Amino acid sequence: MGAPAIQMTGIDKAFPGVVANRGVDFEARWGEVHALLGENGAGKTTLMSILAGLYRPDAGQIAIDGQPVTFHSPRDAIRHGVGMVYQHYRLVASQTVAENLLLGLPGVPFRLRAGTFIRQARELGERYHLRVDPSRPVWQLSVGEQQRVEILKTLQRGARILILDEPTAVLTPQESEDLMRTLRQIAFEGRTVILISHKLEEVRSVAHRVSVLRGGATVASGLPIGEVTTRQLATLMVGDSNSLVSTDDTHVPAGEEIRLQLQDVSAIDDRGLPALKSVSLTVHVGEILGIAGVAGNGQHELAQVVAGLRGATGGRLMLDGRDITACTARERTRRGVAHIPEDRMGEGLVGNLPVADNAILHFYDRPPIANGPLLLPRRIWQFTLSLLDRFQIHGARPDSITRLLSGGQLQRLLLAREMALEPRLIVAVHPTRGLDVAATQQVQDWLRSARDDSAGVLLISEDLDEVLQLSDRIAVLYEGQIVGIVSREQADRSTIGLMMAGSHKAAVEAA
Amino acid sequence: MALSIRLERRVGLPLPQRVFVLALAVLLGALAGGLLVQLSGYSAVAAFSAILDGSFGGSYPVSQTLAAAIPLATIGLGTAVAFRVQLWNIGGEGQFYMGAFGATGVELIGGPAGWPAIILLPVMLIAGFLAGAAWALLPGWLRAWHGVNEIITTLMLNYVAILWVNYLVYGPWKDPQGHNFPFSPRYPDNATFARIGDGQLHSGVFIPVVAAVVLLFVLARTRWGYELRVVGENAEAARYAGMDVRRTMLSAMLVSGGMAGIAGMVQVSGIIHLLNGQLSSNYGYTAIIIAWLARLHPLAILLVSVLFGALVNGGYAVSQEGIPQALGAVLQGMILFFVLGVGDVFTRYRLRVTT
Repeated sequence: MGAPAIQMTGIDKAFPGVVANRGVDFEARWGEVHALLGENGAGKTTLMSILAGLYRPDAGQIAIDGQPVTFHSPRDAIRHGVGMVYQHYRLVASQTVAENLLLGLPGVPFRLRAGTFIRQARELGERYHLRVDPSRPVWQLSVGEQQRVEILKTLQRGARILILDEPTAVLTPQESEDLMRTLRQIAFEGRTVILISHKLEEVRSVAHRVSVLRGGATVASGLPIGEVTTRQLATLMVGDSNSLVSTDDTHVPAGEEIRLQLQDVSAIDDRGLPALKSVSLTVHVGEILGIAGVAGNGQHELAQVVAGLRGATGGRLMLDGRDITACTARERTRRGVAHIPEDRMGEGLVGNLPVADNAILHFYDRPPIANGPLLLPRRIWQFTLSLLDRFQIHGARPDSITRLLSGGQLQRLLLAREMALEPRLIVAVHPTRGLDVAATQQVQDWLRSARDDSAGVLLISEDLDEVLQLSDRIAVLYEGQIVGIVSREQADRSTIGLMMAGSHKAAVEAA
Repeated sequence: MALSIRLERRVGLPLPQRVFVLALAVLLGALAGGLLVQLSGYSAVAAFSAILDGSFGGSYPVSQTLAAAIPLATIGLGTAVAFRVQLWNIGGEGQFYMGAFGATGVELIGGPAGWPAIILLPVMLIAGFLAGAAWALLPGWLRAWHGVNEIITTLMLNYVAILWVNYLVYGPWKDPQGHNFPFSPRYPDNATFARIGDGQLHSGVFIPVVAAVVLLFVLARTRWGYELRVVGENAEAARYAGMDVRRTMLSAMLVSGGMAGIAGMVQVSGIIHLLNGQLSSNYGYTAIIIAWLARLHPLAILLVSVLFGALVNGGYAVSQEGIPQALGAVLQGMILFFVLGVGDVFTRYRLRVTT
């Protein structure tokens, strides 16, 4: 086999106020898919960003193919054949796929031979099952297609070592499966694929070996996947297998009282196309109504319409029997509508501001945080501290810059703020997406306990398991319409899966 | 392996180090500029001592330096308000002229009528603010409601404002006893700020100081300041929180224009004592550089404005030493170049030498 593809030894990396990596060792071989497993904030992305040349380690060595290397920039790394596909894609939306691919290439001739190039791109795409039309502008592509472009871009720059940061977080199950096939193909050709993940099943299905990080340190290095069980992996990742068990014994049955009612609500999306078509549904007091469906069937618009961020083009919304159709987002917040948005950093939080500024986002304009036009700093500080404390957001201070928190801390902060509204209705969109096991558990517990405190919860999630686990009833959204509502007892995966795929007739017959 | 030097991005730089980088940049700029002066056959030492003498060497130079800083600081504070919301108001120049226009409009009524200064000056100040704000209203509204690029609109309106003032002083507002010069009638004493000391410094100097302190407080401690922060950093989050993003943007723009308007009023009442078509030597544009260098921090804007005032007066002093004025400008330019270019780069990146 010769030298390992990658050998990282004793990597240390600290950010202001956070230690991300402590003496991490990591080794991967040519021709394997190597999974890097760990919770949010375990230091996976940091470690791989160091390998990809984005950060410099404070200490430690890196060797590629046995040769010691020092990277000063991602360009250096790609010169040594290391390329990374980040969670947030770096594509130029207004350019075509081919143009985006060209952007990353060294030595592009002044006079472009676009035709040849497009053909090459298409061939490369076909070889790796990364099918995407090179002549289409990127803004027209789905998230999954954009990811394929990113992978193609990295391969075309000559990456022999391909790092993917939680690539399936944004994909549909089918797309995920395709991606796994691609990754295996890439590894089969002798390259190395490093898959950052916290999804155990995915890791089991595709990886040859697995390394686990916890709290910024290595807890397992290069275990062959056949020699560990899922439970063992989970234990390595979380450190405590007990916390994995989810219990729901305390559930009080939902009341008959209606918290939220949608009557024939319609809405259009950003492009002006109908996104919701006469949607009617109810959320009862003390009930979690799960909305299942493949992404892009109106979930986003549904959440926005309920939260007051998007106007309804038809129909009525009633909260506790009162018509709130005309209420603004702020008026709804006042009436107890909490909203956990899909895009935490893009919408729910302000990364460049301190934690305290984010904590008071719904409260800054009234007592006790404000007195007339004035803010009261001491109250803000105390309020923020109480949130951090009550929701166990360790390691963050009211004056910490928000974007330096880990994914799990961010979601806890967001939830803490929304729970502080003492909500009557919670609109939760993908509340656990991208979170590690412990944070997921905590978020789900909070939603359950809010429900038990007689809040109504509208849970929108692409994770069918989550919907099945949490919901009292499940509604399936397909092409902007509710195609079926089932109670948890009646729900089975295949029925719901059929409805999600648009074959609700078949589903009804099956049921 | 060969020796290589590279720039690397750094996450954040503590304040003392930032000040150090800035001071180093000024020093390097002065050295580079001095070298050019020396190469041109003049004494760099004489040039520098002229600059220092001309800007801080005695009560008259200090007075002139502070007087020059007043309009820069006042417009700079306004510019910073808009920039904090990511509105690139580069219309400070026009808003400054409109402020002078508004103030003069009131003066033409209240001055000859003999209103006491304690009433006339505040009314002129308010008129200056309103006229400057009005000049920012259109770009602000177009931007917030219709997404029209405010850089273009504010810039274009600068020319309109200057032409408007020129029209007035060539036409209806021309001083009948002014020997046909394009000036408005001279302000009577009740419409001017009292002089302080032996230079041009006047009591209007307290206006930017008070404004900076008020602004500092407002930005940090009020609901409006908070809204500006959130809208400026993440408009999506502001919308999510139910803030009225468009109104917040417009209000920032109005305050920004109003501050420049106040600067115009203070300049005509404090220094020029009449309205004409050459009120500003690019104050509105220099204020953009100042606001940027000061990282939009109100107190830093005051400080940087004084330094700019010193550069302006130091430049005059150089030419009185027999050194061509162009070389004085070269010196200023080098210092600015190093501060803006080099200083800024090293605040964000670090140099790493490797073998």
